[in-house]
Amino acid sequence: MYDLMIIGGGPAGLAASVYAARKQLKTLLVSGDIGGQINTTWGIENYLGYQFIEGPELINKFQAQVGQFPIDQKIGDKVRQLKKTSGGFEAITEASDKYQSKTAIIATGKIPRKLNVPGETELTGRGVTYCAICDGPIFAGQKVAVVGGGNSALEAVLDMVKIAEHVNLVSLTPLTGDRVLSNQLKDAKNLTVFLEHETREIKGQGLVDGIRIRDAKSGEEKELEVGGVFIEIGLVPNSDAVKELVQLNQWGEVTVTPRNETSVPGLYAAGDVTDVPEKQILVAAGEGAKAALQAHRYLQRLVK
Amino acid sequence: MADKKVIVYSTPTCPYCKRVKDYLTQKGVSFSDYNVAEDREKAKEMIDKSKQMGVPVIVVDNDVVVGFNQAKLDSLLA
Repeated sequence: MYDLMIIGGGPAGLAASVYAARKQLKTLLVSGDIGGQINTTWGIENYLGYQFIEGPELINKFQAQVGQFPIDQKIGDKVRQLKKTSGGFEAITEASDKYQSKTAIIATGKIPRKLNVPGETELTGRGVTYCAICDGPIFAGQKVAVVGGGNSALEAVLDMVKIAEHVNLVSLTPLTGDRVLSNQLKDAKNLTVFLEHETREIKGQGLVDGIRIRDAKSGEEKELEVGGVFIEIGLVPNSDAVKELVQLNQWGEVTVTPRNETSVPGLYAAGDVTDVPEKQILVAAGEGAKAALQAHRYLQRLVK
Repeated sequence: MADKKVIVYSTPTCPYCKRVKDYLTQKGVSFSDYNVAEDREKAKEMIDKSKQMGVPVIVVDNDVVVGFNQAKLDSLLA
């Protein structure tokens, strides 16, 4: 039985790990990866102490700092469900391992929003990608589609028009990204923009070979021949594992008090998975520290 | 572990790729690094071996790992 189980290895979970270790709590960190969303970021210019640092470098530093402490780490497995037990909490992972703790911190962050269309899951990694900066260059010389209308979609388009044969931008809404970005699209010769078009299906046997889109106004459908589909439609809170346990707000974020308490005593939450305003590395780290200190106080009250 | 042949397929813009390479370097594992953004032949080879198009792909002897899966790399390199 652990004193504290920290679920999630982004900045919130890692900061919580450091604070928990310094309070000498018997701590377990469970996470699919270390670094969370920082893994899809290059330049960071607003984390205190660094005028500029690359995402991977910052994660390496976080990881080295956490690694100094005698806490247990299960990295590469994810918590599928967290349950309340008489003595605290039990987590069941995707690998079907079980861990028990007296207190827990949910720090599972945000994950890319899915389109939820046929073909998407089957073809993920087979032409469908959620990390344009990672996988974009592999599609050099090919026809691709970028789905979305916000800044991350526009940035993906601007990167891809330089290297792809042709880029299709498919957005369900008018473009919502910054004008500085959308203005740059006008110069691109190899770009077709489909506004107010819904992506209905991603097609392909083994690898992506096309998408089917539908004009939201006229209802007319067409198929585009593409080898890559970049899905850039924002992020959603990664709260599935606790949705039956704690109170969430309308967007699926875990609601927390200023002391990081959730609706369940002994269960805390921190970072981007919560309803705390401002999703920033610095904020998430601070929230993780607060949550660990609150868990420590809760444990002290238990022994009294 | 000295005799295992390790190949990394990566792109220069992929943060996970950098972390994989940092991790291998830190472990003292030597590896060949192919930039699939530039090298089309290696990109094709990566897709053939891994049956998918995401980076990074790490090949340890005959085992293929997609993404930075530290636990899996540790067990393959052990």
